[in-house]
Amino acid sequence: MSSETQKILTTDGIPLEVSLKKAERRNKIKAFLLVAPLLLFLIITYVFPIGDMLMRSVDDKMVTEMLPKTFKAMEKWDGKELPEEEVFAAFHEDFKKLVEEKREGKLSTQLNYTKNGFKSIIKKLRRKSKSFEEGNYKEQIMAVHKRWADVEYWKAIKRRAPAITGQKYLKGMDMYKNESGEIVSVEEDRRIHRILWLRTLEIAFFVTLFCFLMAYPIAHLLATLPMKYSNLLMICVLLPFWTSLLVRTASWMILLQQQGVVNDFFVWIGLVADDARPEMMYNKTGTYVAMTQILLPFMVLPLYSVMKTISPSLMRAGKSLGGTPIVAFWKVYFPLTIPGIGAGCLLCFILAIGYYITPALVGGASGTLISNQIAFHMKSTLDWSFASAMGLMLLAGVLAIYWVYNKLVGIDNIKLG
Amino acid sequence: MNKEFVKFDKVDKSYDGKILVVKDLQLDIEEGEFVTMLGPSGSGKTTCLMMLAGFETPTHGEIYLDGRAISSIPPHKRGIGMVFQNYALFPHMTVYENLAFPLRVRKIPKDEADKKIDKALSMVSLQGFADRMPGQLSGGQQQRVAVARSLVFDPQLVLMDEPLGALDKNLRESMQYEIKHIHESIGVTVVYVTHDQSEALTMSNRIAVFNDGKVQQLSSPDELYEKPVNSFVAEFIGENNTFAGEVSDISGGKCKVKVANTEILANPISVKSKGEKTKISLRPERALINPSDKMDNIHSGKIEEVIYHGDHTRVRINVLGNNQFILKVPNSSANMDIKLGKDIKIGWNSDDARALDPK
Repeated sequence: MSSETQKILTTDGIPLEVSLKKAERRNKIKAFLLVAPLLLFLIITYVFPIGDMLMRSVDDKMVTEMLPKTFKAMEKWDGKELPEEEVFAAFHEDFKKLVEEKREGKLSTQLNYTKNGFKSIIKKLRRKSKSFEEGNYKEQIMAVHKRWADVEYWKAIKRRAPAITGQKYLKGMDMYKNESGEIVSVEEDRRIHRILWLRTLEIAFFVTLFCFLMAYPIAHLLATLPMKYSNLLMICVLLPFWTSLLVRTASWMILLQQQGVVNDFFVWIGLVADDARPEMMYNKTGTYVAMTQILLPFMVLPLYSVMKTISPSLMRAGKSLGGTPIVAFWKVYFPLTIPGIGAGCLLCFILAIGYYITPALVGGASGTLISNQIAFHMKSTLDWSFASAMGLMLLAGVLAIYWVYNKLVGIDNIKLG
Repeated sequence: MNKEFVKFDKVDKSYDGKILVVKDLQLDIEEGEFVTMLGPSGSGKTTCLMMLAGFETPTHGEIYLDGRAISSIPPHKRGIGMVFQNYALFPHMTVYENLAFPLRVRKIPKDEADKKIDKALSMVSLQGFADRMPGQLSGGQQQRVAVARSLVFDPQLVLMDEPLGALDKNLRESMQYEIKHIHESIGVTVVYVTHDQSEALTMSNRIAVFNDGKVQQLSSPDELYEKPVNSFVAEFIGENNTFAGEVSDISGGKCKVKVANTEILANPISVKSKGEKTKISLRPERALINPSDKMDNIHSGKIEEVIYHGDHTRVRINVLGNNQFILKVPNSSANMDIKLGKDIKIGWNSDDARALDPK
């Protein structure tokens, strides 16, 4: 009898494993019930909205639902020559129904997105179709306008057949699918989104860098000062946290404007001439300054929490072993703060990449970010599917950065507190 | 040998400008010596070590290392090895890299550095641990690495700041011997700080007892124990029985001290004249039960407590109004009649009863 195969029994004869599970079950259920509200909250407030955004960004059901019979008939069409009578008849039937429901205007708007020129010919078709005779719809429709006899327009209709589309994503990258189905870039002077993406990355990168350069000494001071001074400094760091974001941004506007405090000071010390006050707002400078100040605590706090755990005797050891203060710092102290640097930079970069209010207020034309463009489409053009697509692209970008960070540094190395 | 290898010359240290942590310190350490700074916490011993290492600057006075004044030399140029209380190993470096750090900053070629590292690791019997991270080592092993790291660059002087404080009792004792042997084999000068008197007695050539910012006594372990020069040292080192009293007569190298209406014959150490207040200090093992008539102090007392300790028995006796008088009796069959509440005679030689300051 080998002892490995023999089951260990408790005193009353139940196998130990079963007994253990029974004992732990109550605790497991309790633990789950405690986290259940949070889980539910997360699903409702996070998973559902993002799922809905994903659906919206690729949703193209409208035309598919408006022309069901046409698209069914088109399945057999090879898309080279003009379609057969069958397709025209189905289109006429769908169109008649739309006219009855007064929805043909929406169809013309949607088709016009795909190809210019649909608006007028659909209007004309609606007028003429009232007097259509039964049978031979191909001839009758083609007689309404010469574009109805152009195969390109029928190809354009067919392109709208799928219920899902990636065209919003292409548009977000300043690209589109041309008539022959190739993905091409829009003309150079109409590429706005790529500039915005690059600018967003650039501003996020530099804001993170500035935050890091400023936060490192502050965090070090916080971690090494005696308690009574470090508490005061901590309050100074946290004070902006407790002030409304809008108020802070507005106060930067007061400071940075051309007749503002900073410019007055520059003029007063003679750095610039009174008639040549530099513009520090409504451009990138304003965005940099305001965002760096606002995101600074997010860099200070993770750095501080890591530095607090580094024993001061390590630096002393480095020095007593013969390292100059710089060597001791670089070889001993700095490597130990990397988890905090990683956490702080990741946090700052991710927050900066999606920043909205500050660039909107102080950014002007050259200092706005992709999130301002998203907001523009949410509020002004009401193209929610496009806004959703760009939002998801932003999310994908953040996840990609997270992935790269994990590969380079390892996410386990992160330390937030 | 340089008698004044390390010299504290009238060193004062104050952190806040109000209280002196170290007062007028005068201390010479010989080359190759193992000197321990021993004292209760807050007595200034660690401050002295930090001043020697260069992490604190003396408020007044000067410290000399091998004849050079070092107050203005930054720590990294002093070439002093140091072992810290919590080891201070670099957690992101392997044992090898930890040991290589002082050699790299000195630009020692790699093959020579490797030899030195091998030698240092074998000195603390940690061969084969070079690739481990400090976090993978036990407390005792980390301690050995810290010792090896402080010695690997062949410093003239090594400072140790309560290096064994975090270890358990058995490990601490074996490490004490190990450090002592390393010191004996390479002959480096060691300044060691501890608040553990048995550690100090075991390891040191000389011990400086600190209290209240001052060195109370600087002497070899046996002298410190047998011949304390004041009440503080007598009570801080080892066990001590005391009688407070007043000198009634002093002549011929002996003095009579009046304690509880009786006179005790004692050895006058810090008393000079009749009428002075004094405290007599007597080591427990110097007093005997059932003394011979040759002893010049014989008094009777009552056994109040008997504690069995294996090799010996501790007996608490009420004698001359002092009910905290401790005796250590070896456990042999001759002493089996020690019983609670029994009246006994105890005696000691007047040479062993040291009349010290009354503090």
